[in-house]
Amino acid sequence: MSETLLAVEDLYKAFGALKATDHVTLEVRAGETHAIIGPNGAGKTTLISQLSGTLRPDSGRIRFGGEDITRLSAPARSHKGLARSFQITSIYRDFSALDNVALAVQAHAGHSFRFWRDARGDARLRDPARAILDEVGLGARAGVLAANLAHGEQRQLEVAMVLATRPRLMLLDEPVAGMGVEESQRMVQFLARFKGRQTIVLVEHDMDAVFSLADRISVLVYGRVIATGTPAEIRANPEVRNAYLGEEA
Amino acid sequence: MPRRGRTLTIVALLALLAAVPPLAALAGQPFYLDLFRRVMIFAIAALSLNFILGYGGMVSFGHAAYLGIGAYAVGILAYHGVHDGFAQFALAIGASALVALVIGAISIRTSGLYFIMITLAFTQMLFYLGISLEEYGGDDGMRLAGRSVFAGLLDLRDPMPFYYFVFAILVACLYLVHRLVNSRFGMVLRASKSNEGRTRSIGFSPYPYRLAAFVIAGAMCGVAGALFVNQTAYLTPAFMSWTRSGEIMFMVILGGMSTLIGPVLGAAGLLLLEDLLQGWTEHWQIILGPILVLVVLFAKRGLAGLLPGGGRDE
Repeated sequence: MSETLLAVEDLYKAFGALKATDHVTLEVRAGETHAIIGPNGAGKTTLISQLSGTLRPDSGRIRFGGEDITRLSAPARSHKGLARSFQITSIYRDFSALDNVALAVQAHAGHSFRFWRDARGDARLRDPARAILDEVGLGARAGVLAANLAHGEQRQLEVAMVLATRPRLMLLDEPVAGMGVEESQRMVQFLARFKGRQTIVLVEHDMDAVFSLADRISVLVYGRVIATGTPAEIRANPEVRNAYLGEEA
Repeated sequence: MPRRGRTLTIVALLALLAAVPPLAALAGQPFYLDLFRRVMIFAIAALSLNFILGYGGMVSFGHAAYLGIGAYAVGILAYHGVHDGFAQFALAIGASALVALVIGAISIRTSGLYFIMITLAFTQMLFYLGISLEEYGGDDGMRLAGRSVFAGLLDLRDPMPFYYFVFAILVACLYLVHRLVNSRFGMVLRASKSNEGRTRSIGFSPYPYRLAAFVIAGAMCGVAGALFVNQTAYLTPAFMSWTRSGEIMFMVILGGMSTLIGPVLGAAGLLLLEDLLQGWTEHWQIILGPILVLVVLFAKRGLAGLLPGGGRDE
């Protein structure tokens, strides 16, 4: 459990005068679910974007599995085993659920300069995609256009796509955002199934979700990590209560 | 499944096109042979643009460049006494693919309005290059020294074989695009259009796939250009003017983007309507404009959306 999979070292990113990521250092251990919490505007999504490669940090380093990935592009990081879900559901709305997952499988099945064979008839893509849809409970919805899925199903589909890349680390950006109480409880139960099996970095606003899923929590306020610890330690931390939990929980 | 309806629609349309020469002969109106050959040539050009625009999301506003390059490849070889169709078409394909590679390599790094402007700018450069080629007629252009001859097989000076030659190429291009957009390659291309951020984060770099598609489309439009100069027997830099690019793009939108048959319908719709209105009045453009606006407004998926199974691919 103690081996470090992802190490963020002195990461810094500013937008003009705004220090969105202010010398952040944190470690994610293999197998753990590591939550990053913080009030609105704390820089959570900015941090995730730098981890996934969609944003370049101004300075600092990101190591993944011991390798420096700070300069790698998002597709390259995906091939190293980093996979991301977005705060605003990011799926292919004009493709079927099965197509969505099959594309994620395809992205990790060698190059795609294959011009002739029908990709939708290719069992090497469809079979694993179907298995993952079954796994996330969308098996019966495989043929449905992604745009026509319910909001919760779309979020599950996005997680299915993340899983289809067979990641070593899943970056989940507010997976229960925009969900009702019941729907978000179901999502939490769903994510709980991956605990221990997958390494997860979970950015989340919903404290119930965070405290039921996380092994460790880092608290981000104004771009700085003010505390890292187990859920019990975080709950008891006076600085955290003051800066954040006190207002909401 | 709408697929079945779509296949039937395509087959019916192609059967109609195949029946044009005997019908035109029967009616004693050889002019229609000429008109529908023109329709099919532009259908090939529009098909190639739709491949990158409709399926790839690349709004190339300079697609006439490849029409011009294909035409000049044939015209220049013919001027120097080379009438062999194999050599002419090979040069047309090779040259337009090469130019598409250069233009694409630069322009695909940009997106949105910049992409539109860069593709337009490159085409304007080629347009002025055409004007500066005094040897080949400069601004005025020149007569095609002779139509392409495929030794022992085909002579494009005969209107009927020429017609079926264009028809065969159109069918081949339709089949090629159909295979391409449904292949793994095509899925990446379409996924990149649908959601680029998602595509990158599952591990695809869209750039090389887009560039390959851009080159394929350029080569296909180069063939249309080689056919077009055989059709007009004349060649001018106006083949590469930006209004020509706009016309091809309009055919794609009118017919229905991201549908296989849409570009064929768009080319037929625009050119036949033009021809019809020209017969009625010399102010035909005043009528054509509003009709086109109405179609675009009310048939959101273009002409293809009005036909059975002709809507967007699933």
